[in-house]
Amino acid sequence: MGLNEKPLSTLHEKASYDLADFAVPTGREEAWRFTPLSRLKGLHNGKAEVTGQALTQVTTPAGVTAEWVGRGDPRIGQAYVPADRVSAQAYSAFEKALVVTVPKEATPDEPIRVEVRGGGLDGATYGHVVVKVGPLAEAVVIIEHQGSAVYADNVEFVVGDGATLKVVSLQDWEDDAVHVSHHHAQLAKDATFRSFVATLGGDLVRLAPSVSYTAPGGDADLSGLYFVDAGQHLEHRLLVDHSQPNCKSNVDYRGALQGERAHAVWIGDVIIRVEAEGTDTYELNRNLILTDGARADSVPNLEILTGEVAGAGHASASGRLDDEHIFYLQARGIPYDQARRLVIKGFLGQLIEKIQVDEIRERVLGAVEAELAR
Amino acid sequence: MSTLEIRDLKVAVEDKEILRGVNLTVKSGQTHAIMGPNGSGKSTLAYAIAGHPKYTITGGEVLLDGVDLLELSVDERARAGLFLAMQYPVEVPGVSVSNFLRSAVTAIQGEAPKLRQFAKDLKSGMDSLAIDAAFAQRNLNEGFSGGEKKRHEILQLELLKPKIAVLDETDSGLDVDALRVVSEGINRFRATGETGVLLITHYTRILRYVKPDFVHVFAGGRIVEEGGAELADKLESEGYEQYTKASA
Ligand SMILES: Nc1ncnc2c1ncn2[C@@H]1O[C@H](COP(=O)(O)OP(=O)(O)O)[C@@H](O)[C@H]1O
Ligand SMILES: [Mg+2]
Repeated sequence: MGLNEKPLSTLHEKASYDLADFAVPTGREEAWRFTPLSRLKGLHNGKAEVTGQALTQVTTPAGVTAEWVGRGDPRIGQAYVPADRVSAQAYSAFEKALVVTVPKEATPDEPIRVEVRGGGLDGATYGHVVVKVGPLAEAVVIIEHQGSAVYADNVEFVVGDGATLKVVSLQDWEDDAVHVSHHHAQLAKDATFRSFVATLGGDLVRLAPSVSYTAPGGDADLSGLYFVDAGQHLEHRLLVDHSQPNCKSNVDYRGALQGERAHAVWIGDVIIRVEAEGTDTYELNRNLILTDGARADSVPNLEILTGEVAGAGHASASGRLDDEHIFYLQARGIPYDQARRLVIKGFLGQLIEKIQVDEIRERVLGAVEAELAR
Repeated sequence: MSTLEIRDLKVAVEDKEILRGVNLTVKSGQTHAIMGPNGSGKSTLAYAIAGHPKYTITGGEVLLDGVDLLELSVDERARAGLFLAMQYPVEVPGVSVSNFLRSAVTAIQGEAPKLRQFAKDLKSGMDSLAIDAAFAQRNLNEGFSGGEKKRHEILQLELLKPKIAVLDETDSGLDVDALRVVSEGINRFRATGETGVLLITHYTRILRYVKPDFVHVFAGGRIVEEGGAELADKLESEGYEQYTKASA
């Protein structure tokens, strides 16, 4: 397959299934300028040996099917076309894809679990997952990443008419892991998509969640939380492409950073195309910089090509802990360290409360508390 | 029996001298009112005693029962028995009132309160200050009206039971009903006779509800006149002008 037609939007990258259509990035490209390429371990330039080990296990509740299929399967690549070099690399190199199907009107009462466990840093591994949710079905997917790996993958969420899909993706890697991932959600008429991303571990994680709509009435909420420690590079790149009328999107990503060369990157691209009248969208990124030597880059881009929007806004703020908050708590006898933890937990907690899976909410809270205790 | 002693306190903000030698002693069982025009340094005094990092002590001492408060961190001062009701309580996103109050009571008492007892104290405290029970689940001061913030400060006062309370313009911005509720709270706190109150105010109105034993007039960063409750009446009729002119 060749290149897709280049869309009018300047935010949308070219898309192709063919690795050869993407030049090896140099770091000067807009899409790569924040990413330390030298730490990608060859994921971007074809030099990574495909000898890595990452074991993916899936658990499905009754009524939901999971299959490992070859790349010829027609359900692969239906919703998503890779839009950068590493994504295309992963697409061209995965061995088997996992296809999870939630049938029409099914409402499994347990989450679908996908566990990716890295087995080391020798060589890279590539993955591909498709989650198809039939019309009016409602499902929860939990994707967990643990261990050490050099891992690139594409995950497609295909959400049918009137269906609801809630996804929690936990990047709980060891501190040496490298992970480049694309999550793409395609929303049919009146579909609802809820994504919660929590990135805590890894040496370099670059996760790009994107959303597209195939019909009116779609509603996407993308939340994310990251806690960046010394030396870590955690990057989230969002793209919401409103190409249909009367759809909604809401993005809320928040992070805390501490330590030398802790680096967070957040890019929030929202396109409202000419035909997407009645769009309602808001995106927010906030970073709490806890120590010197940490850096947050936050770039919201809102490209509005129609005059008829219901609402469109964005906000981005990065700053230190507020001395007045700490003073107020300390003035009530609460020691400094505890006051600081309360305020940081408060800042992230408003997001964590949005996680609708109790067990995962507790785990994320626990992980944040563990980070704060370091 | 406790004593707060402020001796020749001098304070600067960003290299600008604001307090120019304040002397004041507050003992338990006493209520001292500090009255003065805007900008005279009343909040500076309150914040400096509490240890706000923006205020630099350039001279003098503050002792609570002989302990030098200026050597202590903000939280240590609070645990030593000092309380400051803020003129402008800050909003703290994501920290619930109940979590905040429980953390504060635990810190002050040195151990976590029994849950049932705490819930009971909280409920009766909120009831008597006419604070809706739903506030416990709200984020600290977030979206509170001015009056709600002030009532919430007094709730903390009653729960934390300090030795000495500094109340910075707790009355300003309150309508008469709220003022009465807040004053009753302060009077409950005073009723034991074991606590001292330093009541900072711009207006004499609150002094009709909370009777002071001493009134100090503050102007130009120092106390310029002292007297009993009758001094407030004089200020009521004559205003601050004579003092602001004298201190300028
Ligand atoms: N944080 C601050 N930064 C700069 N100036 C300040 C600050 N706080 C107070 N001041 C100055 O100190 C003086 C006293 O202010 P304040 O103590 O707030 O007075 P009051 O409470 O009596 O109205 C004023 O001139 C004010 O401008
Ligand atoms: Mg003041």
